[in-house]
Amino acid sequence: MDCTGLCDALYKGGLDQGIAQFISLLVGVLLVSGVPLITVILLIWVERKIAARIQDRIGPNRVGPFGLLQTFADLLKLLIKEDITPTAADRLLYNAAPLVSFASVLLIWGVIPYTPYHFGANLEIGVLYMVAVASLGTLSIMTAGWASNNKYALLGAFRVVALLVSYEIPMVFSLLIPVLLAGSMSLVDIVHAQGGMWFGIMAPISAVLFFISAQAETGRAPFDLIEAESELVAGFNIEYSGMKFGMFFAAEFLHVFTNAILLVVFFFGGWFGPFWDKPLIAFMWLGLKASVFYFISLWIRNTVPRLRIDQVMWFNWFRLVPLSIANVIVIATLVKIMQLINLAPRNLIGASFIEMLPLTIVLLAANVAMGLVIVGQLRTTGRAVRMAAQNRTPVTAAVGD
Amino acid sequence: MEILNQWAFIGMFAVLAPIFPALPILIAWILRPRKPNVLKSQTYECGVETVGDTWVQFRVQYYIYGLIFLIFDVEMVLLFPWAMAYNRLDAFASIVGVIFILLLLDGLLYAWNKGVLEWK
Repeated sequence: MDCTGLCDALYKGGLDQGIAQFISLLVGVLLVSGVPLITVILLIWVERKIAARIQDRIGPNRVGPFGLLQTFADLLKLLIKEDITPTAADRLLYNAAPLVSFASVLLIWGVIPYTPYHFGANLEIGVLYMVAVASLGTLSIMTAGWASNNKYALLGAFRVVALLVSYEIPMVFSLLIPVLLAGSMSLVDIVHAQGGMWFGIMAPISAVLFFISAQAETGRAPFDLIEAESELVAGFNIEYSGMKFGMFFAAEFLHVFTNAILLVVFFFGGWFGPFWDKPLIAFMWLGLKASVFYFISLWIRNTVPRLRIDQVMWFNWFRLVPLSIANVIVIATLVKIMQLINLAPRNLIGASFIEMLPLTIVLLAANVAMGLVIVGQLRTTGRAVRMAAQNRTPVTAAVGD
Repeated sequence: MEILNQWAFIGMFAVLAPIFPALPILIAWILRPRKPNVLKSQTYECGVETVGDTWVQFRVQYYIYGLIFLIFDVEMVLLFPWAMAYNRLDAFASIVGVIFILLLLDGLLYAWNKGVLEWK
């Protein structure tokens, strides 16, 4: 291993090289994980405030200015709460699940490029790493549901696994597009390749697919049937109390924002914006863009009703999966044709806006065409379902009359 | 060497990541009151005692979704290298990749026609 930066300074200061490397790695990890750990405290407040405004309430406003210290008050409350472990539970798995749940979200931040110069690790297989680590979250939920030895918890966990496993397919297929365009699985390279044109403009359908499956992955409305209060009481975390419950909660809040960040990294140019070569401004662009998608995600969560499991499954297997496969085929074919007639650059890193323009126009037109077909198809299906429902209503209406 | 550095970071991160959530749980373990009793530690179920075993057989539908997911996931691992090298591939290699994806689509259509994808 090479020894540069902080490690080098420590080594010159008289420390053993191994210890110097260890300390510099430790400081790096603490710095990288500090961002999500600080963000999550703020996110809980932001989410509660936005949810309150959408529902025409004021939200937390008592503790500190604008209720900003509400999260700390909640944290204190959770710390001194009695923690009840049911006697029937499998203690080891029961206690491990909240740790894995939070760690799985935190580990994603290890590969997120904050700025062109600041990131945890620039892995060659960053995309696969991110998908693999995110799947650990599913595992922790299944563990929690199983170890609680509670029927509601187990039912909730089954639903989670069925849902997350299904929605991972369109998610990974949509991630194939940035990898294909950028020619790299490293998240840093993928952002660099968007210097000329954002992938979200070249392939908006992939971005939408990623957004929908990310929303499902966090178990947020309209996909919150995994913790449907009216049927499952709370779902997989029903037997958890105190800080362990708090960890599941924090993991979910953080996951929503993490997905917004990933959407920006893969499809909306990451740190790119005016003056992106200044680290602080680059970081600001990433946060700003992610906040927009975070807000949209919260907006959907607070306005859309919950779907039934058969509807969720139907939408995934009969609409999203075929669409995501068709999307890959169309984009791959068009990119290759454009490359063969020399209208598209072979290496997107450093390609200018003008160089990208022909490819963008072709891909965007294909995406719009696909989008029109799928929207028309969804409208027809929706109308058929509504008509069927309408034909059933006279029976119940007659009773009311 | 550079690659090793990156993975050393991930290794360190993977060790530390569970410690961050463990810390507040540990503090709570020190601070919290401990007054368990038999009734409190019972499994929750609408206020009455739980009936029967929880770890029972579950519906096969979950398993089928798991199986189909496995097929897609394995094929995905093969598709990522193809996508990664796409800019360097010639027309033949990209057509082969598209045929591979079409085979995947064929598997989906088979499951679709079998009716196993519907939640019944």
